[in-house]
Amino acid sequence: MNEKMMTCIVCPRGCRMKVTFEGDKMLSCTGNFCKRGADYARAEIAFPVRVLTSTVTINSYEVPRLPVKTSAPIPKDKLFEAMEKLKTLKVSVPVKHSDIIFSDFISKGVNLISCRSVNS
Amino acid sequence: MKTNKNTIYDIAIIGAGVSGCMIAREMSMFDLNICVLDKAYDVSSGASKANSAIVHAGYDPIPGTLKSKLNARGAKLMKTAVKELEVEYKVLPSLVLAYDEEQMNTVLALKERADDNGVSVKTISREEVLTIEPMLNPDVVGALYADSAIVCPYGLTIAAAENAAKNGVEFKLGYEVSRIETHESLFIINDDIKTKYIINAAGVNSAEIASLIGDLSFSITPRRGEYMIYDKQNLCVNSVLFTVPTKLGKGVLITPSVSGNMLVGPNAQVVQSECDIQTTSEGQNFVFENAKRIIPSLTKRGIIREFAGIRATPSGDDFIIRFSEISSKFLHVAGIESPGLASSPAVAEYVLELLKNSGLRTIPKKSSTRYRKQIRKISEATAEEAAEMIAENPLYSHVICRCETISEAEIVEAIHRPIGARSVDAVKFRTRAGMGRCQGGFCSPKVAEILSRELNIPLSEVTQFGGNSKILCKKQ
Amino acid sequence: MNLNKSLVVVGGGPAGLAAAIAAKENGINDVIILERGSCLGGILNQCIHSGFGLHAFGEELTGPEYAGRYEEKAEKLKVDYLTDTMVLSVSHDKTVIAVSKEKGLLIIKAEAVVLATGCRERTRGAINIPGTRPAGVFTAGTAQYYINMIGNHVGKKAVILGSGDIGLIMARRLMLEGAKVEMVLELLPYSNGLGRNIAQCLEDFDIPLMLSHTVIGVSGKERLEGVTIAKVDDRLLPIPGTEQFIECDTLLLSVGLIPENEIATGAGVELSPITGGAVVNENLETNIEGVFACGNALHVHDLVDYVSDEAARAGKSAAAYLNGDKKESSQYKTIITKNGVRYCVPQKIGTLTPEIPLFFRVATPSQGSTILIYADGNVVYKKREAYLTPSEMQMVKLSDETCKKLNEAKEITVELNTK
Repeated sequence: MNEKMMTCIVCPRGCRMKVTFEGDKMLSCTGNFCKRGADYARAEIAFPVRVLTSTVTINSYEVPRLPVKTSAPIPKDKLFEAMEKLKTLKVSVPVKHSDIIFSDFISKGVNLISCRSVNS
Repeated sequence: MKTNKNTIYDIAIIGAGVSGCMIAREMSMFDLNICVLDKAYDVSSGASKANSAIVHAGYDPIPGTLKSKLNARGAKLMKTAVKELEVEYKVLPSLVLAYDEEQMNTVLALKERADDNGVSVKTISREEVLTIEPMLNPDVVGALYADSAIVCPYGLTIAAAENAAKNGVEFKLGYEVSRIETHESLFIINDDIKTKYIINAAGVNSAEIASLIGDLSFSITPRRGEYMIYDKQNLCVNSVLFTVPTKLGKGVLITPSVSGNMLVGPNAQVVQSECDIQTTSEGQNFVFENAKRIIPSLTKRGIIREFAGIRATPSGDDFIIRFSEISSKFLHVAGIESPGLASSPAVAEYVLELLKNSGLRTIPKKSSTRYRKQIRKISEATAEEAAEMIAENPLYSHVICRCETISEAEIVEAIHRPIGARSVDAVKFRTRAGMGRCQGGFCSPKVAEILSRELNIPLSEVTQFGGNSKILCKKQ
Repeated sequence: MNLNKSLVVVGGGPAGLAAAIAAKENGINDVIILERGSCLGGILNQCIHSGFGLHAFGEELTGPEYAGRYEEKAEKLKVDYLTDTMVLSVSHDKTVIAVSKEKGLLIIKAEAVVLATGCRERTRGAINIPGTRPAGVFTAGTAQYYINMIGNHVGKKAVILGSGDIGLIMARRLMLEGAKVEMVLELLPYSNGLGRNIAQCLEDFDIPLMLSHTVIGVSGKERLEGVTIAKVDDRLLPIPGTEQFIECDTLLLSVGLIPENEIATGAGVELSPITGGAVVNENLETNIEGVFACGNALHVHDLVDYVSDEAARAGKSAAAYLNGDKKESSQYKTIITKNGVRYCVPQKIGTLTPEIPLFFRVATPSQGSTILIYADGNVVYKKREAYLTPSEMQMVKLSDETCKKLNEAKEITVELNTK
């Protein structure tokens, strides 16, 4: 059995949790204020994921970059692969916030979405 | 003036500091082929941009020296020069403060020296001092009072350079002089520039330049002076405040700047190299502690920038303005430390006289002008003027530097003037964009973008001050 | 161009947007936002990371998304605004002079003004880092602009000074953009950033956080070549012998924010030397009648949600003022702060109601301290906090009964009991 201290990243509270685990299976979690902490810890042991926010090129007069984010967390070890992929994307105006820029981005079912509207 | 590889210049001025540029301006009134060379990427990159910015009244130099003659004369000529060149200049009193009887004796001795130099000063009482400067240390016992002035030192240098360039003087910046050969009646610089006369106004490098023709008649010691600048909100003095030199410290002064900031400094530290313009915690503490002796309530809150400048201290005590013993056409203008700024118009006048006496033909050039217009500032315009300026150039309504209220029009103009700005700092020294309390935090990217657009270069090629001082790096 | 307006809101960031929206919702139709940037949203536009809106919307949004929500609302309410418009001055009689890229010179006679001018970053000069002055030294926000707004790279190898959230967020950004962050230095023995940001911005990328360390030297003639760092003692002074040279081409400074109040000063607004922002009453009105302040221009906030909330109250107060609800300034009493409480906003109150929170910050971190509020020496509010830190703004909302006691009191005091 292994033991590990962890800071929950789900909300700004940032609970410090003590987690015990065996391989990729969590055995116990203490110090979490809410259930989301334990869920986070479980995922962190088995398969850590993160939401990625970044920018992509856009052909606009208003702004040269469009802020984007993944609609759901993607595997943590694929963050850099995702950043590389973003470099290949070019968005055309107009775009609205929440528009899907790229479907199944890195992970199946995860979309890359626009964080703002750009008209021209 | 069209020049090419075979151009023979009448005069090559080495050094684009205040001396070199004021000389260039003076000589540009005549029908001469002139170039100014500097290894820095902009004019006014050495001592001329980092000093106390004071037009010393001229009481201080030892009577009979060249310094004493040129200081008093320069301070007088400065009044005309700043009008012709539209340079920021402000008349204000200067006080040498005494804190005990012994120091008051030094003040009295300075008064005598002033009389010898023909400069009008007076001693004033503690009460009079405190009326002028209420924030002052109340232990003050009296002071020497002189009518003095402050000037924007880089503003003067840039203005003189622009004026000279308009009159046909060629500026070669980023040009390092490493070789000078003498062929009959010509000098050949770096196998490249042919000239009849050389003026060595290379500041802290002037001894090195002299040595290129085998002249080892003087040496220059680089002395670093550190300063701190306060936000305009923290300006709490009305005059230039000097202390009497003591064992504990000398030379630290407090003064308003022409832009309304407060300047505090310098210390004096001998350094190995002219490049050593770093600030140090020791130097900053020394300056601050000494300044606190003048104004006890001074705190570090409100400081927006620190900087250091290098003064060129010559082996003798006086300015070195004379022809080289090696060559009668090689004129040294060296060791121009304080009061070099105040003296600069007189230095130019004196150089002209020396050149004339040496046989240089000086035929006035009809097309030359002594006048140069400042960039118009939206921040100094009345509502009616602002409306008119904007109607003429809409870029005046786009404020880029919010702290100093500098518009896009002013920045664009700084780039397209003679000796136009090629870097973010060059824009700063010409417009004040980035000199305010946020120190370019908000505007430097905008300035960089404007430089990139106007010069048609990629943003990643825009520099802070030329050379390899690139602000951004290319994408991996 | 000469205009008359009921309300001019200076600044179109989160504070200005929320203030203008609230004013409009409270019956003031003739309101205009003047924004110096080229679009509304202010600094949120470059804060592309998520973490905004948990209080305001119950979900985690990125900066542009958060700003977008307010922009849409403003659009819906037809709030008038001008971008690329720089306010040059606001006079005592509320004449606003501005220059606008689109409209030229503007002279607006306003009946009320909300100052929502935001804040700026502390610079290298303000913290006096010795050394040379090469390119490659940026404030974190400037680097964030270059990277997130115009898609440029600031450097390859970076050191970051300051472990507040902005410093941490920028460490992750630089890593994601392909740079290497050597370390994040923190002068204090603790980080001012959120625990989760230390986890997801530093630990995720194996970036060391060096507490009680600072930069004592900058080297490099043209571009930055490295920094000298040192450990500091408990007086925060560098310890001789602990110096270390770190090769890098980029130094980011995330060393604090200062409210921007140059326009306020020009209008004659009294500023607090502690917050750097205006001194306000519970309506967020300054000493100048009809001039209100909110957001980071008033005091630096940790959360934009609180900025929006505060600014909406400023907008509402401005509306009430314009609708004729004026108070005599003599009615206000100053809130005294002591024993570890650095400041309280509002600084003075007339009539407090339960909707109006008191915001304050503590001077030093402490565990198990009690926040105490006194009315004429009697405790009217008491709350024990497990952990208090200067980086976390405290918000206290008081009951009807407590407000009543405070309103009747002659003297109000806020303090900390650390026992």
